[in-house]
Amino acid sequence: MTMAEGDLAVAELAFVRRTNIAPRPPPAAMTGAVGWLRENLLSTPFNVGLTIVIVLLLAWAVPELVKFLLIDAVWSGTDRDACLESVQHREIGACWPFVWERLPYFIYGSYPIPQRWRVDVFLAMLAIGVVWLLWLNAPRRDLGAIYFFVILPIASFILLTGWAAIGLQPVDTVLWGGVLVTIVVASVGIVVSLPIGILLALGRRSHMPAVRTLSVIFIEFVRGVPLVTVLFMAGVMLPLFVPEQLSPDKLVRALIGIAIFASAYMAEVVRAGLQAIPKGQYEGAMAVGLRYWQMMRLIILPQALKVTIPNIVNTYIGLFKDTTLVFIVGIFDLLRTIEVARIDPKWATPVTSTTGYAVAAIFYLVFCYGMSRYARAMEARLAKSDRR
Amino acid sequence: MKRFATILALVVAVAAQNASAQTLKAVKDRGMLNCGANGTLAGFGLPDAQGKWTGLDVDFCRAIAAAVLNDAEKVKFVPLSAKDRFTALQSGEVDVLVRNTTWTSSRDTSLGLNFTGVNYYDGQGFMVRKALKVNSALELNGAAICVQQGTTTELNLADYFGANKMQLKTVTFATANEAVKAYDAGRCDAYTTDASALYAERLRVTNPNDHIILPEIISKEPLGPVVRHGDDQWFDIVKWTLFAMLGAEELNISSKTLDEALKSTNPEIMRFVGTEGNYGEQLGLTKDWAVRIVKLVGNYGESFERNVGQGSPLKIERGLNKLWNKGGIQYAPPIR
Repeated sequence: MTMAEGDLAVAELAFVRRTNIAPRPPPAAMTGAVGWLRENLLSTPFNVGLTIVIVLLLAWAVPELVKFLLIDAVWSGTDRDACLESVQHREIGACWPFVWERLPYFIYGSYPIPQRWRVDVFLAMLAIGVVWLLWLNAPRRDLGAIYFFVILPIASFILLTGWAAIGLQPVDTVLWGGVLVTIVVASVGIVVSLPIGILLALGRRSHMPAVRTLSVIFIEFVRGVPLVTVLFMAGVMLPLFVPEQLSPDKLVRALIGIAIFASAYMAEVVRAGLQAIPKGQYEGAMAVGLRYWQMMRLIILPQALKVTIPNIVNTYIGLFKDTTLVFIVGIFDLLRTIEVARIDPKWATPVTSTTGYAVAAIFYLVFCYGMSRYARAMEARLAKSDRR
Repeated sequence: MKRFATILALVVAVAAQNASAQTLKAVKDRGMLNCGANGTLAGFGLPDAQGKWTGLDVDFCRAIAAAVLNDAEKVKFVPLSAKDRFTALQSGEVDVLVRNTTWTSSRDTSLGLNFTGVNYYDGQGFMVRKALKVNSALELNGAAICVQQGTTTELNLADYFGANKMQLKTVTFATANEAVKAYDAGRCDAYTTDASALYAERLRVTNPNDHIILPEIISKEPLGPVVRHGDDQWFDIVKWTLFAMLGAEELNISSKTLDEALKSTNPEIMRFVGTEGNYGEQLGLTKDWAVRIVKLVGNYGESFERNVGQGSPLKIERGLNKLWNKGGIQYAPPIR
């Protein structure tokens, strides 16, 4: 036997695998619920500690909450007797019939009952506008913008305050209340503050001394004064200095106060975004011959606003909750209507106040969390361009 | 700060001077009475489930609107907090302030305002647990008492305990709600505030029947409507609106018996309903001004029972607010 023959024999015997072995499943401890737990909750001793603390916190709070809001809750009844421990002889949680009865008041305030359809129409129109603008696949979003920023404000103003000439009975803003006021104040603040804030931020970075000084004075003055003070001055002191006929409506005064305030904060948020854009972007834009406004509109602001989305939404969420301060000048926003309702002796029980505040908490949570989620989705979408 | 306050007071005083002396004309031209009200006090001023304002003070504003405009609904209620109520009246934002406001000498003299009368005699009282077996406030020596911070209530309490040489332990809270919760949870032996509010707060505790309100009233809190200085005609109208409501009760004229009263030949009733004399015109109103009040709002007794008395959940006794001939001190001068 020669060497060559022997080699060949070995070669013939050798096994060369032509397909992959089926992968073995990962260790049981790395997949499924157990794997997830190990990965996310128990990865380090510090994480284990945190997990234990949070589980204990949840175990302490959630059962109580569920018990109060659902299990022990009263679901029907006509007056306080339904929610009284001494009458029902059982532990009483949230008093929901109080909320059912007062729900129209929480939504419309004292808006005249035959006219309340106008509020419904307004809320529906607002919802359509918001969806049209925020839903990215909506058709004709350019029309949506015109609808939202031009048609909607005019139509809502006529609809809500009334116009005798077209048969809409005028409704004084003193009668407005509840969710209506909260939504009106918040949406005016949100819609007005961004454009004015952008202008103020650009003004503050302007090379024109007059514009810059005015912007700085405005921003610093408004930021230096508490919102409560602005509202109080507008609501209580202004009527002292101007005759009754010239003094604007109380709600309008509060709206202006809130809009001014939110704009000053927004200006600083936008300025932060403007400063985050590298100088090369400005120089590049100028080098290709863009004018100032073209540069801002096409190059700078789209990038600046993108990086400030978390801060803008943060300001909006703060603003949404700050609207409750209008009660200072005697305007009945949602929180105020709830506080008024809980005083009603018809429903006076130990749990009435807590139930009312729970309703307010749920309302603000839903809206603020909604805003926050939308902003997260928006950030994720815009961040795609940064990934290569 | 002090100088600022002085300047502010000056501005306010000047503004008050300039305020229109023609309130009646302004109200008629506007077709609407601007009434400063509470908005958060059960029985006195509080919007109900339909958003309609109800209460004793609210009824009084409606009565003025009834007398002047012949429509009890033509009232714009401006909700005011305790601290901005006087400014709102001084600035002309409201025509009359009916917001459970205690009539005191300093308020009557230094603010450029006038109190027109007393539509509710209130006073500070105590609520205690029945189990404590206390029957008089004088037995509260050494008791822990829940009270709302920064109110005259707190000062009255100290005065009363000091005057009676009793030991006082106060537990203060920022809001009435917290104070009641703490009392209900057993942190204090007693809770004190105005008697009218005590009845409302008692409904809020876990077992209302385990608590009693002590008979002692330790302060005088005459609550009344307020108008600006410098318009005596308006002052008269607001003053006589209250007298008309009281007078109607005294003459047994209610919203239900008004038709009989209109046919009455009793000279007193005839003067009241305007079938004799021109007492309404003397006020700058119409002959039937008092009839309008009773027809559209009711007499004082009706308003009282409906808002704070037996017809309401508060069930407050009339007490001092009974008519003078029934054991109380509510008294109206005659119309003649």
